[in-house]
Amino acid sequence: MIDNNQLLRFTTAGSVDDGKSTLIGRLLYDSKSIFEDQLEAVENTSKRKGHEGVDLALFTDGLRDEREQGITIDVAYRYFTTPKRKFIIADTPGHIQYTRNMVTGASTANAALILVDARHGVIEQTRRHAFIASLLQIPHIIVCVNKMDLVDYKEEAYNNVLSQFEEFSSKLLVKDVRFIPMSALLGDNVVNRSEHMDWYQGAPLLHTLETMHISSDINKVDARFPVQTVLRPQREGFIDYRGYAGRIASGVFRTGDEVTVMPSGFTSKIKSIDAYDEILDEAFAPMSVSITLEDDIDISRGDMLVRSNNKPEASQDIEVMLCWLNNVDAKPRAKYTIKHTSNDQKAMIKEVVYKIDINTLERNSEDKTLSMNSISKVKIRTTKPLMIDSYRENRTTGSIILVDDATNETVAAGMIV
Amino acid sequence: MSKYYLNYLDELESEAIYVLREVWAQFQNPVILFSGGKDSIVVTHLAKKAFYPSKIPFSLMHVDTGHNFSETIKFRDDLIKELGVNLIVGSVQESINEGRVAEEKGKNATRNALQITTLLDAIESNKVDCAIGGGRRDEEKARAKERFFSHRDDFGQWDPKNQRPELWNIFNGKHFEGEHFRAFPISNWTEMDVWNYIKRENIEIPSLYFAHEREVVWRQNSWIPNSEFLNLEENEEVVTKKIRFRTLGDITITGGIESDADTVEKIAQEVSAMRQTERGNRSDDKRSESAMEDRKKQGYF
Repeated sequence: MIDNNQLLRFTTAGSVDDGKSTLIGRLLYDSKSIFEDQLEAVENTSKRKGHEGVDLALFTDGLRDEREQGITIDVAYRYFTTPKRKFIIADTPGHIQYTRNMVTGASTANAALILVDARHGVIEQTRRHAFIASLLQIPHIIVCVNKMDLVDYKEEAYNNVLSQFEEFSSKLLVKDVRFIPMSALLGDNVVNRSEHMDWYQGAPLLHTLETMHISSDINKVDARFPVQTVLRPQREGFIDYRGYAGRIASGVFRTGDEVTVMPSGFTSKIKSIDAYDEILDEAFAPMSVSITLEDDIDISRGDMLVRSNNKPEASQDIEVMLCWLNNVDAKPRAKYTIKHTSNDQKAMIKEVVYKIDINTLERNSEDKTLSMNSISKVKIRTTKPLMIDSYRENRTTGSIILVDDATNETVAAGMIV
Repeated sequence: MSKYYLNYLDELESEAIYVLREVWAQFQNPVILFSGGKDSIVVTHLAKKAFYPSKIPFSLMHVDTGHNFSETIKFRDDLIKELGVNLIVGSVQESINEGRVAEEKGKNATRNALQITTLLDAIESNKVDCAIGGGRRDEEKARAKERFFSHRDDFGQWDPKNQRPELWNIFNGKHFEGEHFRAFPISNWTEMDVWNYIKRENIEIPSLYFAHEREVVWRQNSWIPNSEFLNLEENEEVVTKKIRFRTLGDITITGGIESDADTVEKIAQEVSAMRQTERGNRSDDKRSESAMEDRKKQGYF
């Protein structure tokens, strides 16, 4: 059994034409993650459709409508394990009308694979994918320069993509970008090293994913513990037990730490950190634990425990980059439920500062509409303070969603500036 | 490398516990859908950990097709007793008696699809607003599209093309009267993860998962257990084989595989070398390419 292996979540952006489904199929196939009955089903379908050999793209087939139309509509999750790591793929559609699904897949990802067709180079869609990856602060981006077989595996085509991408990405906030020339169709540099591109010294895709450093993707500095629920067993042996249950959003907590309860501001010391029947000296993100304090303080869901010498900002006025996810546009000065960690409040969108053209990255301060797939900077006012960090510092305490009370639908996702 | 990172199994456990606590916080009357299979047993174990030292704050709900393995029912009753939780049983036989559903006819008749009505009736009559399931995204292509918090309309139906986006770990369980949610805490687990976790946590599972001698019939590429509910064809022969089950469902549709694995260690080893998917032995999924999608839309587990 693989004891100390980490979990890496990555998202793939690209449309059918870029070979995204083929790439995922290749990754699963060459890493021996495909079962015989799945292979048999795909072989039969390939034959029926008149394809030569196995159409790898069929491994990622989803719902009936997606099969019929040959497209991905919704995020689908796929899993594979190698001796080094366990992987979760959020397979998201690349079309502009599905920006919301790409944002969804990106929200939990450690890495994004952005596919570029070596024949066409960086196109509008590539820019959009890279922008969303940077907006969602995906720590690692891998640009997969695909279909190298169709450009005779020439270094020049790869270098073109590289310089086009770098010119564009210098305007974005991305920390770690890598480029891999490959042919998903023929298997070059996906799992196995290509025999056609001696000029490329880097590792194939799978090896890159297996060895990439991801321990520091989570903020381990700012200790934040949103309380989900209070455990009060009131049974023998635990009559006075009052545990605050939650998942550590970021940072490290230790027994004896002085903590402040927000928003009330009361302080106390950590008496114990419990994980089921184990008592821990320390716990860190993203562990789910139950914390008890030395003092009896009124604490409930929505409150946050933080270390007293490092507090988030408590504010009713927040600025966010808001991605609209619903068919119905936002109404001016409309009220919504805002969900931030375990805290629910009412909120109003007070002002749209500007809208971003996601293809050119230009800001438009005239366009105040918030409609499906739009990304805008907005000002929001909440009824009570939220305990916030900027999204750049903290993906958990820096993110919010808006829920329309009339439909209960999730209508927007926001990254706190 | 920093010591502050979790291995994948700890991370999956932490995620599942987080989901279970969100369910408890966001709903009035959640239940765990308990089939007696390994996945719902793991979910129940995770709930025990999530709320300790409190008891599991959910009832367990079992949809009883009447076509059970007797081992499953005994296991269920023992577990209920040990945990001190309430058990709700929805009975397919009662749904048939009341004329809510009609028994399928023919050789391959099962009560699998009939469970949908019984399940939705039990959810409605018990005013359940969230049913927690052991469904995993790696099981099947329709399940690969599931959210952690999955909305069901007031007819109990799933609309896979119009799901609420689910970002980060912020779950939206808001709903209107009469609607309910399904929650899937082990969405991101694979079959292998489940076995590795059962092994690590030393979780008790029904004896059916271990290799044992049983009377079986070869049908649709797997060993179907002989039972009073099975309609034998003329050319079919009942034989005794050493088998074990990879998944547990209705006794009429759950196929076994030949195996000598009689410990969790051996099972985990066997599963890691397995070249067939887990649900490959489930005739309920073999009916058509979208068998699961179609049932799920109507309200299936």
